[in-house]
Amino acid sequence: MIIDFDHVTADDVSRHFGRRRALARISFRAGSGTILGLLGPNGAGKSTMIALLATLMRPSEGDIRYGPHTSKATGASLRRTIGILGHDLFLYPELTAHENLTFFAGLYGAAHARAAASAALEQAGLSDRADDPIASFSRGMRQRVALERALIHRPRLVLLDEPFTGLDDASAAALVARLRGLRAEGAIVILATHDLDLADGLLDSALFLRDGRMVDTVARPDALRSTYRTIMGRTGVS
Amino acid sequence: MPNWFIPIAGLCAAMFAASPFLIANADYESTMGLVQKIFYYHLPSAWIFLLSAIVCGIASARFLFRGSPRQDRLAYAAAELTVLFGAIVLVTGPLWARKAWGVWWQWDVRLTSSLMGWMVAWAYLLVRKYGGPGSDKLAAGLALFGMANVPFVYVSVNYWRTIHPATTVVPTLPVDMGMALWFSVACFLLLFVLLLRLRVHLEEQRARLDALYLSLDE
Amino acid sequence: MTFGRTAWLVLRKDLTVEVRSLEIAYTTLFFAISCVLFFAFALVKEGKAPEDGAAGILWIAIAFAGTLALGRTFERERQSETLRALLMAPAARPAIYVGKLLGIIALLSAAELVLVPLVAFLFQAPLLSHPFWLSAVLISGTVGFSAVGTLFSAMLVRARSRDVLLPVLLYPITVPVIIAGVRATAALLEPDVELSLVRFWVALLLALDVVFVTLALWTFEPLMTD
Repeated sequence: MIIDFDHVTADDVSRHFGRRRALARISFRAGSGTILGLLGPNGAGKSTMIALLATLMRPSEGDIRYGPHTSKATGASLRRTIGILGHDLFLYPELTAHENLTFFAGLYGAAHARAAASAALEQAGLSDRADDPIASFSRGMRQRVALERALIHRPRLVLLDEPFTGLDDASAAALVARLRGLRAEGAIVILATHDLDLADGLLDSALFLRDGRMVDTVARPDALRSTYRTIMGRTGVS
Repeated sequence: MPNWFIPIAGLCAAMFAASPFLIANADYESTMGLVQKIFYYHLPSAWIFLLSAIVCGIASARFLFRGSPRQDRLAYAAAELTVLFGAIVLVTGPLWARKAWGVWWQWDVRLTSSLMGWMVAWAYLLVRKYGGPGSDKLAAGLALFGMANVPFVYVSVNYWRTIHPATTVVPTLPVDMGMALWFSVACFLLLFVLLLRLRVHLEEQRARLDALYLSLDE
Repeated sequence: MTFGRTAWLVLRKDLTVEVRSLEIAYTTLFFAISCVLFFAFALVKEGKAPEDGAAGILWIAIAFAGTLALGRTFERERQSETLRALLMAPAARPAIYVGKLLGIIALLSAAELVLVPLVAFLFQAPLLSHPFWLSAVLISGTVGFSAVGTLFSAMLVRARSRDVLLPVLLYPITVPVIIAGVRATAALLEPDVELSLVRFWVALLLALDVVFVTLALWTFEPLMTD
């Protein structure tokens, strides 16, 4: 079953672990061709939200819908449309960059795995290091390979958890350009970060989280850092 | 606590108080004499041990596939009672064996299989305690495997020492001892139900406390 | 993405990673050999192992080495959280389990290829006299042990105290595997081999394999989803 969708909706989503509430009643909608930012300090629940959107975790309450589909109903065919770049990079250090990408390309159902892997490496500008094991890469280079791994099956929903960590200016700019390209192709990009300067000007909408709660939602935010300070400076929920 | 709890607890206590008299009045078993009477507590404990393990297994399956927290609480309580009644079986068994046949332990098939089941129940409790978050599901998986394992453990232990299974140490029950035995079984069954309800109640209180903490956050 | 293809990709990836460094293979093998020697020193008196000692020592070494290999294999998947990436594959999640299971079976079988001659040599045990039946016993026993071990290790990847919890969970459940394996192997070492006895134990092991693998396939997805 091939499925596709043009928006993702979170409907009053909550997630708790025992008596610790990681997320409380988060609601938003992200359409295709947009970049949504999940912003907030450490421990705000951004990574949890990403994991929920990736169907790696189930919400304790509330619903996440991918167009008309729910994650429970669709399982494997839904995962084909989701790409996730986590905080840990999901790469095997003993394998080379090319081998990693070929493996994941095959696993995620990309048509010609080896060709897709080579193309991805070229896009990342790492073709000359294709046959070096990932263990020998710097953090920034690993991040770039990991991003290609997340996108190699051309997913509709792209989830990124702190993708700017460890990137130098050039790589960060390349990533921003890449995300803009994804948006132009109609992907739904949801990006969790606390790197406000890099996200500035990139986001179509921003969700501000603190202690698992949704503090505010801003459409087309600009001057992100000062907006963030203003919103986070408020006590209580607006 | 439900209305029936106190009355049933009273009844159970009364029955246990009466049981030694019934047991004393049952016929002496011909070869073993007085020591055989430990059987009246040993056998019901073994049955309740098995029942408790089955309750844990079924509740674990329902928890794993439906996610119902009630089933998880039931499974946890049943696992604890499995350890408790298993301990009673594994203490009364050797006590009886020592007096009746001169050895504490004889690798008898039922006692050994019970020991293995008891270990699995202990493992369940260890996982719940030390496994960290998500350990409720891990323990449920263990319980399922433990339940599936029962026939294999029994058969393998039975044929373990020799191709000819040793005659089981538990004799067949003479008919005229039936009354005392069923009375003891009823005692233990009531005790099991009471303890299970009590333990589940504790877990329900814990869950309620967690929910209160969570709502405090709102 | 078919089930078989996914399992095959995972297996091939595991074998590639392992062949690259051979870390788990070497350390597991060395550990198994040390185990055998340890038991030999503890149990052998005046140059003779106790009756059926060879069979017991072989299976204990397999069990201990297997536990170590399982721990190390899933530690690899924990490193960069690659297990999560595997779970994101658009295929039935049990296929991931099957791929991992086949890798573990391959690893343990490789260890057994060294352990069997070693035990036969050290204890003058005629282990190689009935190679077909010995293989049947070893394979069916290894599959049973690995089926439970792979599931439990995968379950424990994100748990606390996972190193000590794996044996705590695994050993009580795999008691029938050990009993059947040792009894069957010991029967094969007798001067007059009773094949019907060996057949009985192998049949038990095969039944156990079917039950455990089926149960693992059934419970893998709910156990892996938080």
